[in-house]
Amino acid sequence: MNLTLKIWRQKNPKAKGKFETYQVTNISKDSSFLEMLDVLNEQLINNEIEPVTFDHDCREGICGACSLYINGRAHGPDDDITTCQLHMRKFNDSETIVIEPWRSRGFPVIKDLMVDRNAFDKIHQAGGFVSVSTGGVPDANSIPIPKENADEAMDAAACIGCGACVATCKNGSAMLFVAAKVSQLALLPQGKVEASRRAKNMITKMDELGFGSCTNTGACEVECPKGISIAHIARLNREFLCANLQD
Amino acid sequence: MSKINSKIPEGAIAEKWVNYKAHQNLVNPANKRKLDIIIVGTGLAGASAAASLGELGFNVKIFCYQDSPRRAHSIAAQGGINAAKNYPNDGDSVYRLFYDTIKGGDYRAREANVHRLAEVSNDIIDQCVAQGVPFAREYGGLLDNRSFGGAQVSRTFYARGQTGQQLLLGAYGALNRQIAAGTVKMYNRTEMVDIVKVDGKARGILARNLVDGKLERHFGHSVVLATGGYGNVFFLSTNAMGSNCSAALQAYRKGAYFSNPSYVQIHPTCIPVHGEFQSKLTLMSESLRNDGRIWVPKKKEDAEKIREGKLRPENLPEEDRDYYLERRYPAFGNLVPRDVASRAAKERCDAGHGVGSGLAVYLDFKSAIDRLGKNVIESRYGNLFQMYEKIVDDDPYQTPMMIYPAIHYTMGGLWVDYELQSSIPGLFVIGEANFSDHGANRLGASALMQGLADGYFVLPYTIQNYLSDEIHVERMTTELPEFEKAEREITQKIDKLMNIKGKRSVDSIHKELGKIMWDKVGMARTKESLTEAVDQINELKKEFWENLRIPGEKNNMNAELEKALRLSDFLELGELMARDAKIREESCGGHFRKEYQTKEGEALRNDKDFSYVSAWEFNGENTEPILLKEALNYEYIEVKQRNYK
Repeated sequence: MNLTLKIWRQKNPKAKGKFETYQVTNISKDSSFLEMLDVLNEQLINNEIEPVTFDHDCREGICGACSLYINGRAHGPDDDITTCQLHMRKFNDSETIVIEPWRSRGFPVIKDLMVDRNAFDKIHQAGGFVSVSTGGVPDANSIPIPKENADEAMDAAACIGCGACVATCKNGSAMLFVAAKVSQLALLPQGKVEASRRAKNMITKMDELGFGSCTNTGACEVECPKGISIAHIARLNREFLCANLQD
Repeated sequence: MSKINSKIPEGAIAEKWVNYKAHQNLVNPANKRKLDIIIVGTGLAGASAAASLGELGFNVKIFCYQDSPRRAHSIAAQGGINAAKNYPNDGDSVYRLFYDTIKGGDYRAREANVHRLAEVSNDIIDQCVAQGVPFAREYGGLLDNRSFGGAQVSRTFYARGQTGQQLLLGAYGALNRQIAAGTVKMYNRTEMVDIVKVDGKARGILARNLVDGKLERHFGHSVVLATGGYGNVFFLSTNAMGSNCSAALQAYRKGAYFSNPSYVQIHPTCIPVHGEFQSKLTLMSESLRNDGRIWVPKKKEDAEKIREGKLRPENLPEEDRDYYLERRYPAFGNLVPRDVASRAAKERCDAGHGVGSGLAVYLDFKSAIDRLGKNVIESRYGNLFQMYEKIVDDDPYQTPMMIYPAIHYTMGGLWVDYELQSSIPGLFVIGEANFSDHGANRLGASALMQGLADGYFVLPYTIQNYLSDEIHVERMTTELPEFEKAEREITQKIDKLMNIKGKRSVDSIHKELGKIMWDKVGMARTKESLTEAVDQINELKKEFWENLRIPGEKNNMNAELEKALRLSDFLELGELMARDAKIREESCGGHFRKEYQTKEGEALRNDKDFSYVSAWEFNGENTEPILLKEALNYEYIEVKQRNYK
């Protein structure tokens, strides 16, 4: 395949960025999207041009590092995958592909296509855990948990923290990210104990960090590479409401 | 006196850890606050250690090169975590898990460490459930188990095909709780570039901030490496792109012994290589071998027809298929350990029975789907099947999966004693980065167990035994000459790399190293191939230092510079691996020397001459390292030839 790539280049967080156009040739349709970018970078290095910086690590769709906005869609034109799992067979020969970083107030650009998602760690630090220390816990089978609840908790826990939900939301809201963790833990007896407090603390932190509010457009659910349902946002809202009623 | 002292406690095997904990020195709460611990790496081992030490009251600083601690490659582990709970009532026990691990490791692991691992395995499951890890459950609400290779019991706990993710997020939660509490300080996008010793003890690190390229100095009363394995020396592996050996190599250069570098695990069930541009290999969890049957065409003609696309595998009659694992190993069948399954696949493909490109075998779910229904298979492995389909563009519910072995895990690593302390006082090594528990081959679902055992339940005890003697040591300034020197040296190295201004990219040289390693230090090694490997790697090192090109600047985000620093260390380690494989004139576990095999093609150990752990001591640049040996004594297990028949 021969392709034209329009890629966002930005030297550092303060610099003004712009699109650059590059051509790549002889790309195999069986290669992944990031492998196509590897080919581009090899070409740029050979031409003494600085290669394009982008986040990536596991390249199997689980670490959540990769984060590209491709032809106007987070993680590109396929469903239920991350950019590293996107394959070139999803594109046509001679196509022009536009590649941008996540664009959101919560995620400032570091360089080129790489953004700073530290805010997600901060939200998580505000309460995305069960407050138990190592040791002194009961036997794993002491509390039976209905299989349905465990399965639904696992559905929510599948979140990889990539930020596609924020990048795709017109409000730049992180509600699906927050909901995934709050809902997972609220569904399990171990996490239920502090569920309301958790919801309140995480939402407060989310607001504080400049993420927008949820207006139920559902865009996040569509672009989530792990197919996390906005039903979890409803559970988050319930816990949040409980917390406010308790105040 | 020997330089190697493994400090194994006295007493019967089941009492060693109990006795150790009862008699070790502890640090009182007021003193814990005065002690700084540096941890490098935020995978299962690093995150769990940081959380646990923070909870105890130590001051912890933790570092990762990724943008968030949650991205560490433990996240990608799929299948599960072992424990000796015996919930299924199928005969499991601490002793059996201990026995299986030693046997699976082909009698090349240290008994006392492995027994401790089996002892704490149950605590890990309890801990993770308390954290809200959503393990798979049965309808009665209790935890479900499945089987993994090398065991005749079901002892593997799992969370769909994302067990590593869920365990890591549990540890990440515990870590975040301590970051919020102020006991742990997190440094992300920061990579350790050197270790600093003061008066012979590990006292800190030098780290590079990957965003602005600045070098940072950090003091610690003790340093813990939790930096994972070195599989990426092969370029293509199941490791994350950034996984590297640099922290371990810096420690080695400063005097930490490197043990068994040649012990590499080749995982039998990965998606086969498909082209030159490939950047990594994707694992298909070993759990698939619970229900999938591995086969190749019995006749070479059929294999050829399949390769040419003239015959579909689903149309090949049963009697023309060779379920070679079931044929060769009736007792364990498709669940033989990884090294055995990998070699058997290579043997069939080398004999001309391979499918796909010729380097692939089938993993077939048809009989499981017929027996259990598609829904059951989907609920067990749905995400893995989807992953396969996205990559290969083929539906594994209809056509059997194609798989081939790939580099996955490294059993070798920095030498540690029973306390997980390296040969540098004050430097501890945990998780995959150390050598201690898996011998020459790791069993499936044991990496997660070891990472969390070390981080939650072993290091938080043993490190106190060391730190109890450090309570009078004041925090040191990083203006000390030792820190100055380290910064000067790394600055010189970076400048040297940036100024080569040659013609070749880092990746092009790394791929060349990978090919040498795979062809000559891979699944089948010989004295000749290993000798050639050392020579070729030395040539390649020259090429690297004379012809490398790194665009961009050193004081900015520069992925090429990061990769170059890592590759400079892989080149050193590759040579050490070949050297280690060469002196080990036997076959054991993942280390297979063609000269040493039984008539049936099984690994032939030589316990008389090689029942030892190799520990390589650095002896200066361009000088051969010194080989030290830790003898392995088996008091509680009878050493036998492994038999899975």
